Amino acid sequence: MPRVLIDGQELELAPDERLNGIQAAARLGIEIPHYCWHPGLSVVASCRMCLVETGKLDAETGEIRMLPKLVPACQTPAIDGTVLVTNSDKVAAARAMVEEDLLLRHPVDCPICDKAGECRLQDYYFEYGHERRRADIKPFHSRKRELGPTVRLFVDRCVMCSRCVRFCREVAGTAELMVRDRGAHEEIDVFEGFPLENELAGNVVDLCPVGALADLPFLYRQRVWFMTPRPHVCAGCATGCSIWVDANQDRIHRLRPRENPNVNQYWMCDEGRHGWEYVHDTARRTRPLRRFDDGTLTPTDWESAEAWIIERFRQARRPVLVLSPTWTVEEAYLAMRWFGDLPGETQFVLGPIPQTGDDLHFPKRRGSAPPASPIFTISAEKCPNRLGVARVVESVTGEAPVEWSEAIERSAWQDVDAVWVAGGQPGTSFGEEDAAALESVPVVVVHALFGGVLDGVAGAVLPDVAFAEREGSYVNRNGWLQSFAPAVRPPAGCRSMGQIMWKWLERHGLYHAEAVLGELARDLAGWAAAAPPVDPLGVALEPTGSSVSAEQSEEVVS
Amino acid sequence: MSDFEPVLLARIDRPESHRRSDYEATGGYATLRRALQSMTPEEVRDEVRESNLRGRGGAGFPTGLKWTFLPADHDGPIYFCLNADESEPGTFNNRILMEHDPHQVLEGLILSCFATRSTTAYFYMRYEYPRAWKRINDAVAECYEAGYLGQDILGSGYSLDVVTHRGAAAYICGEETGLIESLEGKRAWPRIKPPFPAVQGAFGMPTVVNNVETVACVKHIVERGADWFKSIGVPADPNDPRDAGSYGPKLYCVSGHVENPCCIEAPLGLTVAELIEDHAGGVWKGRRAKAAIPGGISMGLLTASEFDCPLDFKGPGRYGCLGLGTAAVVVLDETVSMVDFLHNSCRFFAHESCGQCTPCREGTAWSLRLLERIRAGRGRLQDLELLLQIGDSIGIMPGTTICGLADGAAWPIKNAVRKFRSEFEDYIRRTNPDGYDVTDPVPALDWQATTPVP
Repeated sequence: MPRVLIDGQELELAPDERLNGIQAAARLGIEIPHYCWHPGLSVVASCRMCLVETGKLDAETGEIRMLPKLVPACQTPAIDGTVLVTNSDKVAAARAMVEEDLLLRHPVDCPICDKAGECRLQDYYFEYGHERRRADIKPFHSRKRELGPTVRLFVDRCVMCSRCVRFCREVAGTAELMVRDRGAHEEIDVFEGFPLENELAGNVVDLCPVGALADLPFLYRQRVWFMTPRPHVCAGCATGCSIWVDANQDRIHRLRPRENPNVNQYWMCDEGRHGWEYVHDTARRTRPLRRFDDGTLTPTDWESAEAWIIERFRQARRPVLVLSPTWTVEEAYLAMRWFGDLPGETQFVLGPIPQTGDDLHFPKRRGSAPPASPIFTISAEKCPNRLGVARVVESVTGEAPVEWSEAIERSAWQDVDAVWVAGGQPGTSFGEEDAAALESVPVVVVHALFGGVLDGVAGAVLPDVAFAEREGSYVNRNGWLQSFAPAVRPPAGCRSMGQIMWKWLERHGLYHAEAVLGELARDLAGWAAAAPPVDPLGVALEPTGSSVSAEQSEEVVS
Repeated sequence: MSDFEPVLLARIDRPESHRRSDYEATGGYATLRRALQSMTPEEVRDEVRESNLRGRGGAGFPTGLKWTFLPADHDGPIYFCLNADESEPGTFNNRILMEHDPHQVLEGLILSCFATRSTTAYFYMRYEYPRAWKRINDAVAECYEAGYLGQDILGSGYSLDVVTHRGAAAYICGEETGLIESLEGKRAWPRIKPPFPAVQGAFGMPTVVNNVETVACVKHIVERGADWFKSIGVPADPNDPRDAGSYGPKLYCVSGHVENPCCIEAPLGLTVAELIEDHAGGVWKGRRAKAAIPGGISMGLLTASEFDCPLDFKGPGRYGCLGLGTAAVVVLDETVSMVDFLHNSCRFFAHESCGQCTPCREGTAWSLRLLERIRAGRGRLQDLELLLQIGDSIGIMPGTTICGLADGAAWPIKNAVRKFRSEFEDYIRRTNPDGYDVTDPVPALDWQATTPVP
């Protein structure tokens, strides 16, 4: 077992673990400050903030021989016998020097900087910098320019860590960003006519350790210390990126990628990042509607709407449940339970799966050939949980759900007397022809966020919740299950499928997704791996039915 | 030393010295022919290694040792980069060689490539040498005509192509990994090591980077043998196991305030005083010298009382300088203000810092701004402490930067302020009588908007 010695503490590593000094120190809870190093990018060792003293421990004599000069920890592999010292006066002086250097030409405009509160320059200066400014006082000025449609560069705040440049080259593969000029005149820039507008551009803002790069949709929206980050999963496509939802008082202000080596690494796409505005759209449905005898949809209360709907479905001979690929597996399971227990013969149909183009793999390459091992993929399937919902149906009924396109073509709706459709989520694509197919059905219940084409045929409309308000689990394109709690509360009057079914199944208390998942994992074959508590990074569901948890799979690998 | 016969500069006064016909008439390419026909690459390499030839580009790393770092059984290609990006202020020895004896350089280059089994050599020349550029390109064309380059050179089975590449005028491209990056078409940001170029250099392949004068020496070592080479210069100190000695002839450039600026060839170990008095005609206009740069501005400063410093690989280090560097001596006479000298030096390095590492990027610019403020009559005594702190903390030696540019920037600061401190203090007190001892931060000047104090 390789052993490294950091500030006198011993750390044992797995034989094939390849960590650098920063990562090894972090294992012991020792923070080595750094700007340019990022685990998802190449090592350049140029910011020199992570300078440490290093040496070699002779295993036989126990003698430690230190190197006379400082070395960057990011470039120092933690191999057997490595000795790192991060708390000496020499290291402290080097850190203070770098901090002083970085503030020489920095505008120090923290009061109006979006990064304030989560800025490395602020944090590190406070912790490692000099108490007194020695450099000459410069008048405040802060130049800015747009690098692309969503990213603004505050030129003078930049510390030239080059993370954004490397990201565009190594991860996005589009290489829009470059370093211009030389020495202290250096600036990040784009080539004229080639703005920063790749599908992953927003990540450069997360990568920026200071306030140099700003995400325009978020800029000046909210001070970061007012927001609470809550872990969630993006519902934008079948990739299912782990995200942080930064919200203040149930209002989302920003989504950020959450590191997850099994799903999205450190990244997320701009479509997901900026695709949450509809959650707070004032056009959202917040009250149930029913079509009364005058033929118009009229607001009503939940009690009477629910009573009417339950009544109709109990009487139906051939009810149909159209499952939404935006539901969590728990919601799908509860719905299967309730609709499956109806007196009639319930048919299970999987709602339309929105598709846009082809999967987009990164890093992008010249020509059409995708990269051999993509770092990141944006799925063409624009819904989060098709796999999970379909799998629940299969586990319960023993056969796959009927595809929506197939259901429409069979035009079997003549005999159907009640349909439950979850629609109206952005991305779920019900069209005129879908509505036309349902015209002959006497009772159509639509559970939706917004009004849409289905309203014309609906007998009742119930207000749904948006992705960040949901609770439960999604299964992504690779069969990776991630559980999440609601990041924000829905507007009053909106209820999720889980909440409705929980009540209709006459369970006690409030909807509790984890309990449902436990039940599902216990009762359905092939779901044992999903037994709560689910690892925060998720678990793999094996296609064969046996599945391995995150830690177990790591053990298998090692 | 009077019996010393120049070899590197032996031919430069001949009127057609840059032509192949003239070179061959004086025995040129005979060594190449003999080596290709009767020696193995290992024998050439071992001869060079035996000679203890140290790189002439500035760092003085043993050339033969560098060659042995190449992987022994690599499928290739192995690349050879000839560093002709000679931009150290005061240095022009490569230029003389390339302009007046390009075939000597090329013969050395071909021999070096043969020794390292390189199949392609990149001749990286700085932009500012149009004449050398033309002469080298002409010489390369002549070599292809004569079969010294190309496929199956002189029937030996060894093939070599030389690609000439003209830089875009950046000092940092003279750093070996900066050169490689630039050659690859990238921004010349020096690479982090390891991997060293010998393992992974240009285009991801093992690469050797050597200086023009170094390969010229290789030609003579192969021709005359390692023992001849070791008979010249200063032998290694037997009491210092880390001393590799200073063997062989060296080209010295003398410029600045001397009567006769020139580039001469002499055995390593010549003193500064000898160089100035014997070869450069003494300090100009009958003045006295005040200081001299021992080997390019990066190496620091010698005061006039230190002119007995021998110019070998160890000498300048004993006098508080960085090293021999390129052995380009620039003499400053007694009228020179050291404040102006240091300002000029700082301006150069602030302009040429590649901007990759924070301490160098900011440190060089900061020292320049301090010097500008001092020259504008708003200096403070504590600025000298600040300058020294910057000088002491930037560079590859304290470990705060990737390459050695910052060391080069630091040495003039450290030497000038330490060796001429009273002059700096007098200047500050004289030009800023009201504020020389202010210790609070003062308003900054506009960038490069200063006018010197009369």
